[in-house]
Amino acid sequence: MVRTKLICLAGALALSAAMPAFAQDADTSDKNVALSNNYAGNSWRQAMIKSWQEATAKAVEDGVVASADANTTAENSATEQAAQLQNMILQGYDAIVLNAASPTALNGAVKEACDAGITVVSFDATVTEECAWRIAVDFKKMGVDQIDYLAERYPDGGPLLEIRGLPGTSVDEQIHAGILEGIEKHPQFEIAREVQGDWTQTVAQKSVASVLPSLPDVVGVVTQGGDGYGAARAFEAAGREVPTIIMGNRSDELQWWKEQKDENGYETFSQSIAPGVSTLGFWVAQQILAGADVPKDLQVPTLRIDQDGLDQGLEMTPEGGVTNKEYTREEAQELISSAK
Amino acid sequence: MPRTILDPKILRSLVPALSFAVLLGAIFYVQPRTMSYFGLNLMLNLALPIAFATIAQMFILTVNDLDLSIGSFVSLVACITATWLNEAPLLGVVALLGCIAAYAALGALIHLRNLPSIVVTLGMSFVWSGCAILLLPSPGGSAPDWLSGLVKFRMPFIPFSILASLILGLIVHFALMRSATGAVLRGSGGNPQAVERAGWSLLKTKVTMYALAGFFGVMSGMILVGTTTSADANIALRYTLFSIAGVILGGGEFTGGRVSPIGAILGALTLALVGSLLSFLRISPEWQIGAQGIILIVVLALRSLVNRLEERQA
Repeated sequence: MVRTKLICLAGALALSAAMPAFAQDADTSDKNVALSNNYAGNSWRQAMIKSWQEATAKAVEDGVVASADANTTAENSATEQAAQLQNMILQGYDAIVLNAASPTALNGAVKEACDAGITVVSFDATVTEECAWRIAVDFKKMGVDQIDYLAERYPDGGPLLEIRGLPGTSVDEQIHAGILEGIEKHPQFEIAREVQGDWTQTVAQKSVASVLPSLPDVVGVVTQGGDGYGAARAFEAAGREVPTIIMGNRSDELQWWKEQKDENGYETFSQSIAPGVSTLGFWVAQQILAGADVPKDLQVPTLRIDQDGLDQGLEMTPEGGVTNKEYTREEAQELISSAK
Repeated sequence: MPRTILDPKILRSLVPALSFAVLLGAIFYVQPRTMSYFGLNLMLNLALPIAFATIAQMFILTVNDLDLSIGSFVSLVACITATWLNEAPLLGVVALLGCIAAYAALGALIHLRNLPSIVVTLGMSFVWSGCAILLLPSPGGSAPDWLSGLVKFRMPFIPFSILASLILGLIVHFALMRSATGAVLRGSGGNPQAVERAGWSLLKTKVTMYALAGFFGVMSGMILVGTTTSADANIALRYTLFSIAGVILGGGEFTGGRVSPIGAILGALTLALVGSLLSFLRISPEWQIGAQGIILIVVLALRSLVNRLEERQA
């Protein structure tokens, strides 16, 4: 059985190589896709699962795929998720969309899935196994973009306050590296002070407040998301003029920005990864099953809200949550063709 | 009295086998695809390291102790295997032997200072975790080729994981349950005074049992890395509870001396299969943890029924 599947896959690959333009229209209505998720304990992950369920329910109804089950392991553990993947292989899914507990510890199970002819697409927390597709987040770019934006707003540059994330995590390291790269590109800026915000409003507020008395007048505050509102509150409480704070798509941040915009025309931008990226994983998997020629490494587009899009952004943001967006098949196709 | 099938002693050892068989039957019924070499191999290859960890825990339970550090110990071994053993085999072997020696030393410490094993091993679990994070701060490393080759080896007819579990069970069974030394080792947990008065050194037995636990813990970590191909400092933290549950499911007791190696392995495999069955039934993840617990309680309830039968006959 496995062998026939492999032959089918090889056939599909050969076909797609022969006529790439038509191949992605191949029928996938008999295909079964599964989501393998390792953790459901925070609002981001819950929004991610909800988006998956909503988008795939519609896809199943429309006959795009036969089924798209969501599975979450009880605990955030790599061995448990590996067992879950192996069960999925036995259940005969055609594609597995994966948010991984570990970038490496699932490689064995992922390889087994590939060997069984299953398409594995990892997103957000990706896996390093070469046979799987990766939809990764470019955290470094999120850092560079902030300085690029500020360089446009303040061509003369000036001192900046940087709020870091949770120490020792790769996300924090990468965003920070991006900010440094941006400053190299725009040397008129310099980091006057660096504080730790842990991606949490209350922590950010406390640490910004503690450096404010000795902080020179900064033009901007570069952030990692989840810390912008706290920084704004700290500046307000100290009675100082609030500099341009880059926001991270949290509902309290956007609401504060909206109030300021209506009051005094405050300008900034906001960016983060939408939890609906799970639906992007789904559509990429569907495209691969349909025979499209998809590069192994794709980048998740960041969801960016600019001054004009603020009202729309607020509509897309649930109370207390993060701005969300469900991706469509067309957006997935666009992402694939732009990565080629 | 003739030993019939209703003899509680036989019933007691039959319960783990029976629950395993029922579970396997249910899985075959729900998902016929599993009834194949490929299916069994996939379902059970992650159960093999759990079986080894369960045997390690069983040695500790035999001497009336409890090991709360086996999960983090297996994680550390996994990290050593995926880094040192792969890049500098000599250093790796020395480190792994050092791990076993550390376990033996723990046994000596617990015996000599008369410390509660729960406290000592709980403390050690943080030490093992710390070492694992120092060695592998972010997930990675890769399994030595010979190891993943061995674990992935496709035996004809019987999947490697089943054969290995079988051999493991038989070896430990004969060594611990049928040999004279095994009787002394078990006795030191069941009735330490008697064993000491008969002239055996309790220190020696305890050190032996802890060293054996360390050895099987090392085996568990190595096999785990062979399957996953790389490591993570938190890879096996769940094994602590899995291994205890496996021993108890397999007919062991917390009171020391009463264990069953074959039962323990069946217990470990049962635990692994419960998860598979629930996911084949497509029970929603929120309910899976609860359902897992209910299955365990049913099996344990069967056990206590057998125990009551035993008491009535005595």
